[in-house]
Amino acid sequence: MIDPDALVAELPRLRRYGRALLGDTMRADDLVQDTLERALRKAAHWRGGNLRAWLLTLMHNVFVNQVRRNDALRGASEAESVELASRDANGDRLGLRDLDRAMQALSADHREILLLVGLENLRYEEIASVLEVPIGTVMSRLSRARAALKVQLDGAPPRPALTRVK
Amino acid sequence: MMMKRPDDALLHAFADDQLDAPERAEVARWLAANPEAAAQVAQWQAQSEALHRHYDPVLDSPLPAHLLAAARGRPASPWARWGMAAAIGWLCIGAIAGFVAGRNTAAPPVLAALPLAREAAIAHAVYAPEVRHPVEVGADQREHLLGWLSKRLGHPLEAPALEPLGYQLVGGRLLSAQSGPGALLMYEAANGERLTLFVGADATDGATAFRFAEHGGVNVFYWVDAGYGYALSGTVPRERLLTVATAVYRALNP
Repeated sequence: MIDPDALVAELPRLRRYGRALLGDTMRADDLVQDTLERALRKAAHWRGGNLRAWLLTLMHNVFVNQVRRNDALRGASEAESVELASRDANGDRLGLRDLDRAMQALSADHREILLLVGLENLRYEEIASVLEVPIGTVMSRLSRARAALKVQLDGAPPRPALTRVK
Repeated sequence: MMMKRPDDALLHAFADDQLDAPERAEVARWLAANPEAAAQVAQWQAQSEALHRHYDPVLDSPLPAHLLAAARGRPASPWARWGMAAAIGWLCIGAIAGFVAGRNTAAPPVLAALPLAREAAIAHAVYAPEVRHPVEVGADQREHLLGWLSKRLGHPLEAPALEPLGYQLVGGRLLSAQSGPGALLMYEAANGERLTLFVGADATDGATAFRFAEHGGVNVFYWVDAGYGYALSGTVPRERLLTVATAVYRALNP
């Protein structure tokens, strides 16, 4: 049995993860709700341990099943990005919209690994379990995702020889 | 002492603070002598910090009521608080008459449809008087509202245009009904009088005729069509409500 209070305590983090993953609060909350429903359906299978990692596993599965296959749903609504951006700390060089746009430009695999590592601070072994991939895949995916995010944020995809030839 | 370059995985693990102390110290020593790799590690860490800086505000934003209710595995608060009183109240309902296109029939009420009408009446009683938050999503985001509720309902939801009858769409909200997710659309007249249209799955076979119920001063016309129940509620006179309910039915079944 899952303690409802423990579940409620995880809500802010699940919403943050969903928001960063999808770039849109409304869709993030839909994802969180679907995850909660799945968690309660599967509550009998819950064997204790790391509740957060278990919820993230369910969320990953819901995400893969429902959202990822629909690339048409990608992209944040402009209005919402503006609203959240206004809450950014003063003097922040990188706007939320820039980061949102960069994240949404990445593949879903890359977004997930960056968030599980950078935002959720899960250990690599836990991430392997959440994503159901070998640890080696976690490491190689993380490496590629970080490089891809850098390219998006710098706004300069590597174009090695082309410019030199001219 | 570490002589050769640590592999990529080790550098990531250092950046993410996933190494034990001895390993960590060893990598730190190597990085001190290799500024290029150190800059790379710092850049990875800066990415994670940026994610926190930008998305952590979500942690402090208020939790939507429907998520709180879902986490507690129970329907949204109105039913929890009002369910018992409503159940008792409904035992007292005297007059439930059937309507078929304005024609009285002697048919008894379909009991299966009663929970829907009851939920609709309670939802109306709870939300129609709301001044600040009558709806979750306003009519200014009509497309988003209907898309969202349709998804939750698992059924394409339309908001009938009731302007000719003097009612403007205010917006809508998601409710938790006995049979699953329910949608509540709210309309308002120029004088502030409100009507609500409740839509939820209903297991009743086929379609039913219009039926009328009254609870706590709220009049309800309800019907079932293709697996979904519809209930129009308001405190307006029954004849007036029937006019609007007929318009709603026609709009949904052109």
